[in-house]
Amino acid sequence: MSQAPCTFEDLYQELEETVRRLEAGNLPLAESLALFERGAALTEQCNALLDQAELRVRQLVVRADGSLEAEAGDSLQQGPEDWPGRA
Amino acid sequence: MPPTSVYTVSQVSAYIKSLFAEDVLLGDLWLSGEISNFKQATSGHCYFTLKDATSCIKAVIWRTQANGMRLPREGDAVVAHGYVSVYEPRGDYQFYVDALQPGGIGWLWQEFQRLKTQLEAEGLFEAARKRPIQSLPLRLGIVTSPAAAALRDILRTLDRRFPLVSVLLAPCAVQGDLAPAGIVAAIQALNRWSTEREPLDTIIIARGGGSLEELWAFNDERVARAIAASSIPVISGVGHETDFTIADFVADLRAPTPTGAATAAVPDMRELRIALAGLFSVAQNEIGARLDAARSGTQTLAARLERLSPQRGIAEDRQRLDDLQRRATLAMANRLATWHERVRSRQQYLDGIHPANVLARGYSIVTRAGDEVVSSTEQVSPGERIHVRVSDGTFGAEVTGNQGESK
Repeated sequence: MSQAPCTFEDLYQELEETVRRLEAGNLPLAESLALFERGAALTEQCNALLDQAELRVRQLVVRADGSLEAEAGDSLQQGPEDWPGRA
Repeated sequence: MPPTSVYTVSQVSAYIKSLFAEDVLLGDLWLSGEISNFKQATSGHCYFTLKDATSCIKAVIWRTQANGMRLPREGDAVVAHGYVSVYEPRGDYQFYVDALQPGGIGWLWQEFQRLKTQLEAEGLFEAARKRPIQSLPLRLGIVTSPAAAALRDILRTLDRRFPLVSVLLAPCAVQGDLAPAGIVAAIQALNRWSTEREPLDTIIIARGGGSLEELWAFNDERVARAIAASSIPVISGVGHETDFTIADFVADLRAPTPTGAATAAVPDMRELRIALAGLFSVAQNEIGARLDAARSGTQTLAARLERLSPQRGIAEDRQRLDDLQRRATLAMANRLATWHERVRSRQQYLDGIHPANVLARGYSIVTRAGDEVVSSTEQVSPGERIHVRVSDGTFGAEVTGNQGESK
């Protein structure tokens, strides 16, 4: 089971929370600055994720023994032009 | 024998019409038959006859209903929905149609209605059962045919809107006798995958447009129950906008088309970028304001500090010291001048009483033996030798007489 350490959702939520805390004020300046830097880094990471994103398509296969497998079929691995269902 | 009461034609027609209106069956019914004598008037209203082997009934579709309808042609077998009422000017009863479906599938519609009613009664369509769709999904399951245009539409849409999402296709047939079992198996396989391997956020169940028969698998009770049992929220996107299937009613979210389902499943990346920029700019403004406040606060404090600085005191002390020094110097100079003046006057006085000066004015000092200064007649006797000192020396002298001075 492979899970990316930080999903877009995690980063985005942390960014929202960071900005919310920053907005609430009442924090020492050093802490505000640290939050801002964190927010800038998160924004950058989110944008980078969007920039680099490539739709990943796999196909679920039920084996004879009933076990499940996700296959990146040849036709599914390529770009939109090669996706199934293309006329 | 005269009649006891006489009614007008209008009265009887109105009475008959009221009887039709009270009838439960005639007020809301599905009618199957064949279209004949179909014609659409310039007003837009459609007039035709519905008939079967032995009977016929006049039928009307009002323009407003006809506008949104695929109009039938002569000889079409149809199932029509509407109510029966009386058209008084002609003494006809007519079927007023508000919905029209291709015929030959009357039983399908009955089945559809039966299942819909049953599942609705079971609460499967309740709004409270609908689960929210994850707004930023990580993984989507898709139940559709790998060969279908619907899948291509979905993948295109996902790629355009939110390519961060990972797609797991559970392929299955979406029409034909085997389709319902295949769709059910696909939904269950995705649920198993989600539990055993990687959690899925949403399942899309989709099929492109088609005839009622082609979409029929999505009206299957097994499919409906599999959707209801799915632990993953389901979005349905079956057929066109106007098609409603049982799957649509059970799904957590009904989308009008496969593309619509993909749109509902993921956010739009462009909007996300705008939202990100918005969040960042809020952060920037916030920190900018904090820094400005800190800067101006620091300046104020610095100014206060400067006012309170010992340097300032020291400078003042130094100035005071300089002042004192200046005053001391001045006072000392004055004092000295005064002393000089005094010394000079004493000098003059002393000069005035110096014996040499006194001698110079003609006085003389007389001494007798032993340098005793003679200041009285009683000190000397006649014949005694004395010394007289004048301004430029001394000379000897002899006392010749002594008168003493009378007092």
